[in-house]
Amino acid sequence: MASKQQFGGLDKKLLIQMYEHMVKSRVLEERLIKIYRAGESYFWIGGPGEEAWGVPLGMLGKKGQGPAYDFYHLHYRCTPTLIAMGLSMLDSVRLMMNRATDPSTGGRNFSNHYVIPKWNIAPVTSPLEVQYPIACGTAHVQKRLGKKSLTVVTGGDAGTAEGDFASSLILASRKGQELPMLITVQNNKWGISTSYEGQHGETTIADRAKAFNIRAQVINGNDPVESYLAIEESMEYIRKTGKPAFIEAHVSRLYGHSSASGANPVQNEVDPVKEFEKKLLKAEIIKPKDVKELWEKFEAEGVKAAEQARSEPVPTADSVWDHTYVGSENADWRNF
Amino acid sequence: MANMAQSIRMALHYAETNYELKDIFGQDVGMPLGGVFTATQGLKTTWNSTLDERGIIGMAMGIAMAGDRCVAEIQFADYIFNTIDLLKIAGNTLWCTNGQYNLPMTVMTPVGAGIRGSVYHSHSFDAWASRLAGWKVVMPSNPLDAYGLLLSCIKDPNPCMFLKPKALMRVRGEELIPGEPQDEKDLKNMIDAPIGDRSKWKAQWPKLEEYLVPFGKAKITRTGEQITVISYGRHLLLCNEVADQLKQEGYSVEVIDLRSIYPYDWQAIKASVEKTGRVLFVNEDTEVTNFAEHLSYRVTTELFYHLMAAPRVLAGKNVPGIGLHPNLEDSSVPQKHEIESLIRQICAEVP
Repeated sequence: MASKQQFGGLDKKLLIQMYEHMVKSRVLEERLIKIYRAGESYFWIGGPGEEAWGVPLGMLGKKGQGPAYDFYHLHYRCTPTLIAMGLSMLDSVRLMMNRATDPSTGGRNFSNHYVIPKWNIAPVTSPLEVQYPIACGTAHVQKRLGKKSLTVVTGGDAGTAEGDFASSLILASRKGQELPMLITVQNNKWGISTSYEGQHGETTIADRAKAFNIRAQVINGNDPVESYLAIEESMEYIRKTGKPAFIEAHVSRLYGHSSASGANPVQNEVDPVKEFEKKLLKAEIIKPKDVKELWEKFEAEGVKAAEQARSEPVPTADSVWDHTYVGSENADWRNF
Repeated sequence: MANMAQSIRMALHYAETNYELKDIFGQDVGMPLGGVFTATQGLKTTWNSTLDERGIIGMAMGIAMAGDRCVAEIQFADYIFNTIDLLKIAGNTLWCTNGQYNLPMTVMTPVGAGIRGSVYHSHSFDAWASRLAGWKVVMPSNPLDAYGLLLSCIKDPNPCMFLKPKALMRVRGEELIPGEPQDEKDLKNMIDAPIGDRSKWKAQWPKLEEYLVPFGKAKITRTGEQITVISYGRHLLLCNEVADQLKQEGYSVEVIDLRSIYPYDWQAIKASVEKTGRVLFVNEDTEVTNFAEHLSYRVTTELFYHLMAAPRVLAGKNVPGIGLHPNLEDSSVPQKHEIESLIRQICAEVP
């Protein structure tokens, strides 16, 4: 039996909840890869390896719509965060299989490019790092509103080379005009095929935030307990002070960059789901039988979701003009 | 009569008072300067951004995403180019989200030559902007239209680009803005910031009224039968002048102020060209893949059998920059004599 301190004082119920979300997210991502391999989708990109970071991030926010609630500007490895917030496997699969029923984009965008206004999930974009200055805008509105809500922004380590990353550090930290933002970087030490060492001169990415007097820390993002405690503490600090905080979370990338690089499992990186599972088993917080049943339950849910999505309609060709403007106002110059 | 800078200022005041416009920002937009062309003096929601165009556009997108209306300024269009992918994203956000996130934001930026602004204060952006799907793009030629178009932009739920012809910022109009005092000295005393210490100064705003120029509605500024000349912004005024001059020689030139670049008023173009059979498009953006080429293409394909002469586009030369010396600037962007010469040439053409 483990002491509570071994898990940072987090209670058993919370630990099990985190574990279940992590497993669900992993099984879902592996299902998405299978859908790609079966030729039922054109491209996969996602977040296996970021569960121990992403799940607590999703659990800790003030969930809702509008600036009184937290905004999330996420990158394309954010399935764990959204699973923790309540995303169904079916809705993720619908996005993967570009169905008309996909509630994020209606079949218009890649996997993991989620859009969920009811939870303030800003549109995930393929261009890297643009989410950082955009996040400053939602934080600016939240600051004006004064309801202690905050904006979360996530991105990868390679993307920090973009000027937009620096823009957000500057905009968030101006004296007297600080923004309530949790600025984060998930450092998986890769930019597609380019290694971390090939791109960075700074000792840690968090040092860049420190240069702007932003409270910053580096954590092991493969440990969900460490992630949970760091995010919780940072969010409390932001809500209390109205100032930004920064977390660099070291995470794994377990299936490479995307389907473009094969989406094959890598062997030499920490698997945060398996590691946490081992710890919980050792501490007898979960039992082997529960583990087996949980993986099987989510596996069955993934299969069922794919079957369901497969039977659903795809976008029609004539819908291409829809939503160019609000209310589908005419955007086709041929009809001006 | 108000000049264009004053009309923009009054539109912004009207919008922050009546449309819940909460942020007007950009480099030097807030006090003490109130904008490099003074168009944002004395307003209550202005603030100075960092010197970072991507930060400005990104922030505007975020503000709009959170549901507030904003006007973001890029100090000169010459410096907007490093934001082009953000502008693209702003334009595709509603589409990519299948109608779920609209961005009610306006970006305004001074464009064009005419002030001896050299290589990086003379660029045009209308042709570039016309390729940003999902945006509405306008350019006024007079203060009243500036007021009405800017209010339409701010009120609209989509991203809108308000292009300010910088050479017209001090040009006065011929019509009063609804609520504007009759005497322009009164207006100046009320809303122009004093020279020197402005720390205690506050604008005294006239009781302004709503006036909207709808998107996609052109205006015929000169009626004629012989040829249609279509322009907007600074060059619209040159086209008017040429039309008036040539009228004395018996030419009958119809001039259309497009006002709205996208969506554009095809029905106005069509009706006029069907009447005249001849058309000249004039603007100062560079000539290769110029927006007017699209209009010219459409005239050619849809109105071919109404044409008495080949449609022409008179635009800026396809050179990398506008040189500082007047000889260089004047030979890079369309001049009055070129407009006149082309009108004569097109009118002389016989099928």
